[in-house]
Amino acid sequence: MQILSVLWLRQMRRYFRSRSRIIGSIGQPLLFLLALGYGLGAVFERAGQGDYLQFLVPGIIMQTILFSSIFWGAIIIFDRRFGFLSELLVSPVTRLRILLGSALGGATITLIQALLVFFIAIAIGFRPENWLSVPLAVGVMGLMSLTLANFGAGLASAVEDFQGFQAINSFVMFPLFFLSNALYPLNNAPDILRIIASINPLSYAVDGLRYILLGESHFSIGLDIGVLLVALVVATAFAVNRFNRIQV
Amino acid sequence: MAEDVYKNFGKIKAVDHISFDVKPGEIFAFLGPNGAGKSTTIKMLTTMLRPTDGKLTLAGYDVTKEQAKVRQSLGIVFQDPSLDEELTAKENMELHAALYHVPKPEQAKRIDDLLKLVGLSERRDSYIKTFSGGMRRRLEIARGLMHHPKVLFLDEPTLGLDTQTRNVLWDYVKKLSKVEGMTIFFTTHYLDEAEEVAERIAIIDHGKIVASGTSKELAKQTKTKTLEQAYLKLTGEDIRDETSDSYDGLNMKSATRLRSLRG
Repeated sequence: MQILSVLWLRQMRRYFRSRSRIIGSIGQPLLFLLALGYGLGAVFERAGQGDYLQFLVPGIIMQTILFSSIFWGAIIIFDRRFGFLSELLVSPVTRLRILLGSALGGATITLIQALLVFFIAIAIGFRPENWLSVPLAVGVMGLMSLTLANFGAGLASAVEDFQGFQAINSFVMFPLFFLSNALYPLNNAPDILRIIASINPLSYAVDGLRYILLGESHFSIGLDIGVLLVALVVATAFAVNRFNRIQV
Repeated sequence: MAEDVYKNFGKIKAVDHISFDVKPGEIFAFLGPNGAGKSTTIKMLTTMLRPTDGKLTLAGYDVTKEQAKVRQSLGIVFQDPSLDEELTAKENMELHAALYHVPKPEQAKRIDDLLKLVGLSERRDSYIKTFSGGMRRRLEIARGLMHHPKVLFLDEPTLGLDTQTRNVLWDYVKKLSKVEGMTIFFTTHYLDEAEEVAERIAIIDHGKIVASGTSKELAKQTKTKTLEQAYLKLTGEDIRDETSDSYDGLNMKSATRLRSLRG
């Protein structure tokens, strides 16, 4: 337990010491929220889909979680580049604990970022259907943060350098985000898009959050939670498997 | 310490059936040109790399079978920096103490003592990114001693350090060996350091140990006068591929690395 908390604390220190990181990482979701929320709001409403900002917020929260957690999960790449990973791996601590400690730190930071975006959303007019459901929403955000932090750690262990990580950005994160229901509803989407979005776990996270906060759901909340739990198990197994093979 | 150990990367023999023994409390220098197999040997001894076959023991433990005990018994200063730049000196030390299960009540005192020893007490709360190369090195050495290792590995510890820092460092290493009985295993490209500090020396080339003994014995064996002459006679005058001994390990699988590991 002590090791996990020490590694967790290390992540938190790194996060809170870099103000540019904090601001930088909520800048992008904020831009999406404002530009799309206000820009497309009128069109969305005219199409009879209701308030776009309400619809968009769960999607943007999950986007924040996606980008932040994978970045913080990928701290392994930085540790390898700057040599600190050697210090960790040569110590008597098992790799599983090193991985978990770092992932828990990454997930916590991600949750903080997601909550920041959530508060900003409320400030610009977002209203959950029932305030009592907010703790449950935070739970789903936390679950997704941990899943993706593990996924990021697995990816970081599998690629060898920053360039590899850039490729992950282009070929994994952006498709996951754009080919999900984060920005648009799936009911009227073309079949091909609907099928792709339906095999994308992020869609279920967004859908679950939408259900909890707004009472709207495309799939069903049971299916959403089920997919998220399976995703957590798969991502953790992937991370453990890749991190065990890492060599410095 | 090592008995008939070898490590192959594919068809390449990085370390080719070497055996050597380092006595407890001894200062042992492991010399060789770039790509000779020094870093591979250190990686195997410190559990970072599994030998293809052979038996390695460290502080009485089997290196491949008793990894946790071996890791607890060794300290290492890597060839490349391995500090967390965004933490302070003290925080790096605390993290290390936690990784090695140093009891909480003892941590503060050990950190104080070690920082004083390497002359970094006043910078304890500064971030590593503000440290010079020499300061980082000194901190890494202090950190490596934190958990009272039985064997301390120093992989080219003086690379890029000025003469003053080098002198302080080696004086301290000698004291550790004498007073604490710590075994020191180091590599260097500065032969004067090996001659001056090491009690025994082994020279490795093309993955094989080509000679070992005291610096005088090595000179005698090769009928030369100095360690440097002995070294050049044993390993030749050719310049070796620089990349092979780099410690990043990122290109482990790439052809260039494999080629260069041949030496």
